[in-house]
Amino acid sequence: MAEFNSKDTAAFKGVWVFCEQREGVIMSTSYQLLSEGRKLANDLGVELAGVVLGHNVKEDYLKALGGYGADKVYYCDHELLDVYTTDAYTKVICDLVEDKKPEIFLIGATNIGRDLGPRCAARLHTGLTADCTHLDVDVAKYKEFLKTTSTIDVDNTVFEENTNLKMTRPAFGGHLMATIICPRFRPQMSTVRPGVMQTQPYDDAGAAKTVIEKVAVQLSKDDINVEVVEVVKAAKQLVDLIGADVVVTVGRGISKDVEGGLKLAEELAGVLGGVVGASRACVDAGWITADHQVGQTGKTVHPRIYVALGVSGAIQHLAGMQDSECIIAVNKNESAPVFDVASYGIVGDLFKVTPMLIEAIRTLKASK
Amino acid sequence: MKCIVCVKQVPDTSGVVAVKEDGTMDRAAMATITNHDDLAAVEAALRIKDATGCKVVVVSMGPPPAEGMLRELLAMGADEAVLVSAREFGGSDTYATSQILAAAIKKVGVDNDDIIFCGRQAIDGDTAQVGPQIAEKLHVPQVSYVEKVEVNNGKVTVQRQLEDGYMTIKVNTPCLLTCLKELNEARYMSVGGIMECYSKPLSVFNYETLKDDPLIDVDTIGLKGSPTNVYKSFSPPVKGAGMMMEGADKATVDQLVGILNDKHII
Ligand SMILES: Cc1cc2nc3c(=O)[nH]c(=O)nc-3n(C[C@H](O)[C@H](O)[C@H](O)COP(=O)(O)OP(=O)(O)OC[C@H]3O[C@@H](n4cnc5c(N)ncnc54)[C@H](O)[C@@H]3O)c2cc1C
Ligand SMILES: Cc1cc2nc3c(=O)[nH]c(=O)nc-3n(C[C@H](O)[C@H](O)[C@H](O)COP(=O)(O)OP(=O)(O)OC[C@H]3O[C@@H](n4cnc5c(N)ncnc54)[C@H](O)[C@@H]3O)c2cc1C
Repeated sequence: MAEFNSKDTAAFKGVWVFCEQREGVIMSTSYQLLSEGRKLANDLGVELAGVVLGHNVKEDYLKALGGYGADKVYYCDHELLDVYTTDAYTKVICDLVEDKKPEIFLIGATNIGRDLGPRCAARLHTGLTADCTHLDVDVAKYKEFLKTTSTIDVDNTVFEENTNLKMTRPAFGGHLMATIICPRFRPQMSTVRPGVMQTQPYDDAGAAKTVIEKVAVQLSKDDINVEVVEVVKAAKQLVDLIGADVVVTVGRGISKDVEGGLKLAEELAGVLGGVVGASRACVDAGWITADHQVGQTGKTVHPRIYVALGVSGAIQHLAGMQDSECIIAVNKNESAPVFDVASYGIVGDLFKVTPMLIEAIRTLKASK
Repeated sequence: MKCIVCVKQVPDTSGVVAVKEDGTMDRAAMATITNHDDLAAVEAALRIKDATGCKVVVVSMGPPPAEGMLRELLAMGADEAVLVSAREFGGSDTYATSQILAAAIKKVGVDNDDIIFCGRQAIDGDTAQVGPQIAEKLHVPQVSYVEKVEVNNGKVTVQRQLEDGYMTIKVNTPCLLTCLKELNEARYMSVGGIMECYSKPLSVFNYETLKDDPLIDVDTIGLKGSPTNVYKSFSPPVKGAGMMMEGADKATVDQLVGILNDKHII
């Protein structure tokens, strides 16, 4: 292998997506990233490859990555890659990057991706942008994006014409957006927030066409300084509030029929493709587990849509959700503070309004 | 055995966040606090000290006022503090930051049974990258997202959080662990600790102190040596004033869903 030099930017070509598997199943984040990677690869006129590390991963699962846009799949099979360890995964990925030299490398910002990404970037001597929510290589497309999301006077600003990856991410708890570049080193690496990129429809022809390349893995027990004793699944799956695109939150307003209120919230979250959140009042009352809590002492969320059902909007609650893109509040008290941050407010009984909302959205979706 | 803890002083982003005209953060206008995850890291180290009597060294890179925070950590029970501060270090991205912190940790000295602690994530930069990158630069194993730590006869066993559960991992020392704030409830400074904290050693590592380490190279530290650059920064879009709907019946709901559809929100 020739000497690897991350500064020799001209030597790098192609877009890669790390396709994480757990227990042999590819995580859905991988499909979102492949769909996004496909767009970047098209804009650059290069190949898109998925990278899978695992052991005895089903051929069908590998082929399916082609259905979401991968021209090629690098499959690294080894028994020491079955369960994630930083040491094993970093070694195998860095060996592969040094050999094949991709220009862009995207990794899902899962708890594992955010462990693997920085370790690889440090070893390869390149930059890594954390938890991105938007990616562009094309300057015109980037300008269009800025026009709709920032107050930057795009038409009177000079933008260098190049195809460097422009990686946009929230920082300072979502109070600031930053676009980061990595102009002098390759690959340009970024972890991408789960749930943000849209998965494109599955394409059978793409799956049939995709080429699977089995990579010869150099790995031994001596490379690994940890021992995974056990992997335990939470009895009930913890809700992924932070990565959610839509959050439907219930407050003490459901008290007269807790079970019914929770069921309505679940149904509404279901039709909108989201998850259920809760105010602390509900958690303290034991109606729902603490992983659902939004707010100062719970999770801070920035979903595209936040629906608050029977939540008063205490400052500690608002601290965790007021930066959501579109906030819809239903509360029977017209002076509830939640209406101060709401994009749309309905003054009414949540037990009457929510079923109508579910129905109306269902009808709309059916007509599309 | 000793514990080395990396601690960052951060602006308090839960209060008023001041953004300047040019889209950068007005740090001067904001209160500073000790990063939450890092307090959990300090507490984890102090609990190991309580059990074993080992030494705890806290390390922070930042401007000179970070000394105040380091004194507080000494008052909590840490034994020594290191402030890493130099103009040459300013503007570092996570790659460059980890080069510098790794060099500082090497200067403190890493023994075979040591544990290095970081927070998982700082609330300002929000990247969660510095811990794993320091581990790589020190060639030690890492475990991130740690929600439980046990040290028994020098053997380190941790629980690492996953989205849908956890992993139990045994890790060889020396190692680096990045801690979640849920790991524990940090103690307060004690009265005795406050009395003592000014007599405990606090060293300042500047460019001169660290420059002989191969990690400290003008091409890999500071603004110029950072692989990533901030290309543009801006405030997220401001929401327009909210709209209160008339009524609460089917017509109201249909109107709302119509608006959401027109705006491509659903
Ligand atoms: C240090 C600290 C930290 C805290 N952290 C958090 C936190 O992280 N998250 C959090 O949520 N809270 C937090 N709290 C608590 C917070 O102050 C509030 O007490 C809590 O958010 C109230 O929850 P709620 O809105 O569900 O209940 P309430 O304030 O009781 O509001 C219930 C609302 O439901 C409405 N309602 C009732 N019946 C109906 C109906 N049938 N249809 C429609 N609306 C109806 C009422 O008008 C009312 O507005 C914290 C408090 C402190 C002191
Ligand atoms: C808007 C904006 C966006 C940015 N985006 C990126 C990016 O995508 N990629 C990138 O490489 N850089 C980025 N940076 C630069 C980055 O924020 C700085 O390098 C910062 O010093 C370290 O990153 P962090 O705050 O994210 O720390 P994290 O990696 O989140 O910190 C994790 C832990 O490392 C330890 N630690 C971190 N910094 C210090 C310190 N100074 N002293 C002691 N211990 C410390 C603490 O234990 C902390 O809990 C960005 C900066 C800004 C202003």
